[in-house]
Amino acid sequence: MKDTLDMQAPAGLDDLIVCPQCDAAYRLKRPGHGERAICQRCHKVLISPRKDAGLRIIAVAFAVLFLILGAAVFPFLTIDAAGNRNAVSVLDAAFAFTGGSLLLLSLAALALIILIPLVRVLLILYVLLPLVLDRPAARHAIPAFRLSEALRPWSMAEIFAIGCAVALVKVTDLANVGFGPAFWMFGLLVVLGIAQDSFMCRWSVWHALENPKNS
Amino acid sequence: MVGMARAGKSEKFVNAREMGVVACRRCTKAWPLGVATCGRCGHTLVSRDHLSLHRVWAFWVLGVACYIPANIFPMLNTRTLFLNEESTIISGAVELAQYGNLGIALIILFASVVIPLSKFWAVAFLAVSVRQQRVISTRFRQVLYEVVEYIGRWSMIDIFVVAILSALVQLKTLASISPGLASIFFALSVIFTMLSAQAFDPRMIWDVQGKDGGPRRDE
Repeated sequence: MKDTLDMQAPAGLDDLIVCPQCDAAYRLKRPGHGERAICQRCHKVLISPRKDAGLRIIAVAFAVLFLILGAAVFPFLTIDAAGNRNAVSVLDAAFAFTGGSLLLLSLAALALIILIPLVRVLLILYVLLPLVLDRPAARHAIPAFRLSEALRPWSMAEIFAIGCAVALVKVTDLANVGFGPAFWMFGLLVVLGIAQDSFMCRWSVWHALENPKNS
Repeated sequence: MVGMARAGKSEKFVNAREMGVVACRRCTKAWPLGVATCGRCGHTLVSRDHLSLHRVWAFWVLGVACYIPANIFPMLNTRTLFLNEESTIISGAVELAQYGNLGIALIILFASVVIPLSKFWAVAFLAVSVRQQRVISTRFRQVLYEVVEYIGRWSMIDIFVVAILSALVQLKTLASISPGLASIFFALSVIFTMLSAQAFDPRMIWDVQGKDGGPRRDE
């Protein structure tokens, strides 16, 4: 690799983008709206700017915010067996196991289904709202966005939606079960989550946080 | 798609490390080798995380250790009018299949048995293979890493089903379901294996290439 030594000039570092997954280095060339820059070695998407992405993400984030709150409070499944009716919301489910060590399990479930997605959406709003409104970045916006990225794999609302469907089938021979409004909210959350991921170009957000004027 | 110019003059891929550059894995900004934290996002910069394999193995062992009791203890206690039964993960799925819900039984078996077991195997394989000089198709290992990262969370499905069922089926004397001890172990096992996969540094997959006789092109 002797032919790369001349690239070591420190001034060139800003023109460099490195794939976080395979460490391949590229000279930065910003793609236009709708285009994507992809690592040619491991095919990770490095930059994928979309037109008005910030506005769309914020719109989706508000929708997600209200859906999460609704999904926590409204019942997601109702059961009816020989006159005994029971409708449960996520909050009910979380506090179902209150006995001893199972309490830990319920707190973990509540965190994964509601709290972490909620925190993420609030952090995203906090970081992106000033950027989209052309204001200076919010205080501590950088650690906030970093936290939101770190929480990404732990936000499991969509897995819970599938869990609802499985649970429904499991008890159909025991009793009459039906989906409550919160189930459909979780379904929508799944779709919105995918939409948000496709609009969100992390590189652009970091870049905008670093150079507020260019955003 | 925009093809970015490779840094360096040849057609080969150049690792940032070989250029004396360390990249932030959170925000992809490049810094000179030796800088400790990323000035943009504050993430710790490590060119190659050699301790990462220790963390991978530590979480891996914890994950496997929790997976064993998760399969021995009962996952669900079902109490109906006439009987009181306890079912483990596997016996619960077998029961479902016997009642004719083959599809759901397969989903449960897939999420709670096939995914965890293949994840244990895949993480161990990735961790072992970075140590070997012999190049085992890097492309295959990269895909394996991405699959493991993506699919690991889905094992939580069984925990959520247990939580939902125990909250829902509380019909006084008629029937009630409560979670068994296995649910805690299973949740811990999923969390530990996720941490284990996250600790793995995928850049090591591509380093082996460089070591033995120049980079190999995979395309």
